[in-house]
Amino acid sequence: MNAPMNADAYDAAEDMVIRPFLLTGGRTRPVQDGLRVETLIHARDRITSAGLRFEHRQIVQLCREPTSLAEISAALKVPFGVARVLVSDLVADGSVVVTQREELSIQLIERIRDRVRAL
Amino acid sequence: MSALSDRSAGRHPGNAVAPISVKIVISGGFGVGKTTFVGSISEIEPLLTEADMTDESVGIDNRDPVPGKVTTTVALDFGRISLDEALRLYLFGTPGQDRYAFLWDDLVEGALGAVVLLDTNRIEDCFPAIDYFEEHGVPFLVAVNQFQDTRRFELEEVREALGVDGLVPLVLCDARRRESVKSVLVALTEEVLVRRLAEQAAAY
Repeated sequence: MNAPMNADAYDAAEDMVIRPFLLTGGRTRPVQDGLRVETLIHARDRITSAGLRFEHRQIVQLCREPTSLAEISAALKVPFGVARVLVSDLVADGSVVVTQREELSIQLIERIRDRVRAL
Repeated sequence: MSALSDRSAGRHPGNAVAPISVKIVISGGFGVGKTTFVGSISEIEPLLTEADMTDESVGIDNRDPVPGKVTTTVALDFGRISLDEALRLYLFGTPGQDRYAFLWDDLVEGALGAVVLLDTNRIEDCFPAIDYFEEHGVPFLVAVNQFQDTRRFELEEVREALGVDGLVPLVLCDARRRESVKSVLVALTEEVLVRRLAEQAAAY
C-alpha cells in the first residue's frame, strides 16, 4: 500500500523543475557539522522571525517546539540536504540551537529499551 | 512543552527542557513493509523527506556529465515516538535498493541500531543491508516479516538461506501489529546492550 506512494514521490521529485538548492544559493554543504536527520533544533526564546526570509522564518516558527531536521524537511517540502543548509544558517546566526546528544551510554540504551517496552 | 516544564534552564538559557533524540534505521528490500512497520508504532503518520544526491554522488551516478548540476532525490519515510518528555525515538525507513547505498552513511551515522526486514519470498533483497551493517559495525537484527499469503518458514531455515551465523539475531514479526513491532525494537535494544557489554568486557 505504501510502496506506490514512495514511487510517486520519487517520480514527482524527478519532475521537479525548480532546482531545490536554489533556496540555498547553490550551497550543498552546511556551515555547521553534525546535523543529522534526527537532530533536534530549537528556536531561542525571544528570537523573532521577522526580518528572516521565508524558509528561515518557517523553520524558526516550527522550532518553537524542538523539531528534528527530518520533520523540518518534510514540513517545508524540501530535500533533507536543503533543510540542513538552511538550519545551519540559523545556527550560525544564533536564531536556533541544536541539542547535541552525548554518546549512547548503556544507561540511555536501557532507558530506551524500558520505555519502548512500556509503550 | 511549556515554560512550566523548564528544568534545564541552566543548560539552555530561556529554553524549556531540551529533549534528545535517538534513531533506529529500518531497512530491507523494496516493498518489504518498512513503511507499515514504522506506521504501526509511530505517533505521527509516517512523513516523507527527500535525501538528495549532490556532489557526494559524483562517480556513482554518472547520468549527468556535469557534476553537481542535477540533484536526484529519493524519498525516505520516518516516524516518531516520544519515549518520555525528554527522549524521542525516530525510525527511518531506508531505501533498500543497491543504487541508494551511498545515502546510508549519512542516514546511519549515530544510529542506535538497525532492523533488517525480510520477506521470505525475496530473501536476497536484504543482502545489501546486511552487508552494509556488518561492514560498518552497526548493531542490527533481522526481522522476518510474515505476510499472510507467504509460506511460513522456520527461523533456522531462514538463517541457513541467509548464510548469517548464529550471532545475528533473527526474529519473526508482523509489521502491521504494534505489539510485534514493539518487541522487535526491544530485541534490537537488547542486542545493542549485549554488544556494548561485550565490548566493555573485551576492553578490560
